[in-house]
Amino acid sequence: MWGGGKSPFNVEYGKLMMWYFLMSDAFTFGAFLISYGTIRFSTNGWPDPNEVFRSYPFASEGVHAPLVFVSIMTFILIISSVTMVLAVKAGHEMDKKGVVRNLILTILGGLAFLSCQAWEWNHLFHEGAWWGRNPFINHDGTASSTNFTNFFFTITGFHGFHVFSGVIINIVMLTMTLMDKFEKRGHYLMIEKAGLYWHFVDLVWVFVFTCFYLI
Amino acid sequence: MAHSEEHSGGGTKEILRVTLILTVLTIIELALGFWMMGMPLESTSRLATKITIIVLMLAKAFYIVGYFMHLKHEIRNMIMTIVVPLALFIWFITAFLYDGNSFRHLRNTYDPHFKEQATIKVEKKEGEHAAEGKEARPAEKKGAAVEQPKH
Repeated sequence: MWGGGKSPFNVEYGKLMMWYFLMSDAFTFGAFLISYGTIRFSTNGWPDPNEVFRSYPFASEGVHAPLVFVSIMTFILIISSVTMVLAVKAGHEMDKKGVVRNLILTILGGLAFLSCQAWEWNHLFHEGAWWGRNPFINHDGTASSTNFTNFFFTITGFHGFHVFSGVIINIVMLTMTLMDKFEKRGHYLMIEKAGLYWHFVDLVWVFVFTCFYLI
Repeated sequence: MAHSEEHSGGGTKEILRVTLILTVLTIIELALGFWMMGMPLESTSRLATKITIIVLMLAKAFYIVGYFMHLKHEIRNMIMTIVVPLALFIWFITAFLYDGNSFRHLRNTYDPHFKEQATIKVEKKEGEHAAEGKEARPAEKKGAAVEQPKH
């Protein structure tokens, strides 16, 4: 048993370590979201997300279209996760063209999501929202506090930073693929690890979107 | 594209199936979100809808982690090293939300100013949103309003 030559769990070291890094990141995001829940539970009133998040690009001033824009953002990220799965699958089949095509699609999806998030931030900023500034009132009509905007910008910012770093990682993966690094190695395991990171980013968005926009 | 079924799980069919499931779950969540808009605040139906949305969210998490991240197809003991620590979250969430709730009740009971704030409605300014850059100010309490002397 101690003779070596066998990988525990029959999985590559780097892949296992990526899983454990994601675990730590899950607890970080979990801590952020749970603290958000705690503060929200400890207050009597909280803004109505359907009043705060009611617009989309090129819409008119007083538009009331809650959940529309964030739905688009969610689908963009889910589809980019699907293209990432397809990239990993192409890697298993040593299909370089398939990896390149699906990585490009994933990168484009990530950039599209970041653009949407940037628009959302800019829109809210122009309505007077920022860290320390909350122009919105509570759902029950009472005055709100800056907790709402502080949590929103911090958590979506932290998530957006992960999307951004994920896009950078994917661009590096694409470059390495195009340079035949993986063809020479004989495996595309690195793409799989990048894939785990990207799916984690999508997973966190599922939780963030539900907590801030839905419930 | 051939031989994709040989690989342990993760064939194209499975990927498409999971994508469809995730899409359907998301659409149901959004539909519930829309439906919830018409429900009164603090009602049981609102709470029940929120709980349903959370359950759907957890189902989505299961599919993303299990199939997209391939965890379902790994060795069982490895799955346990991931899933068992995440069980800590159950206590994490329960304890902190209970704590937050308790804090709210305690403040409502012992801090009259805090409880009062929940009854003062903000005056609606002209236009839908409050002035940019300012925090919404609470309206004057009826009894405390000062009458302006007329000339």
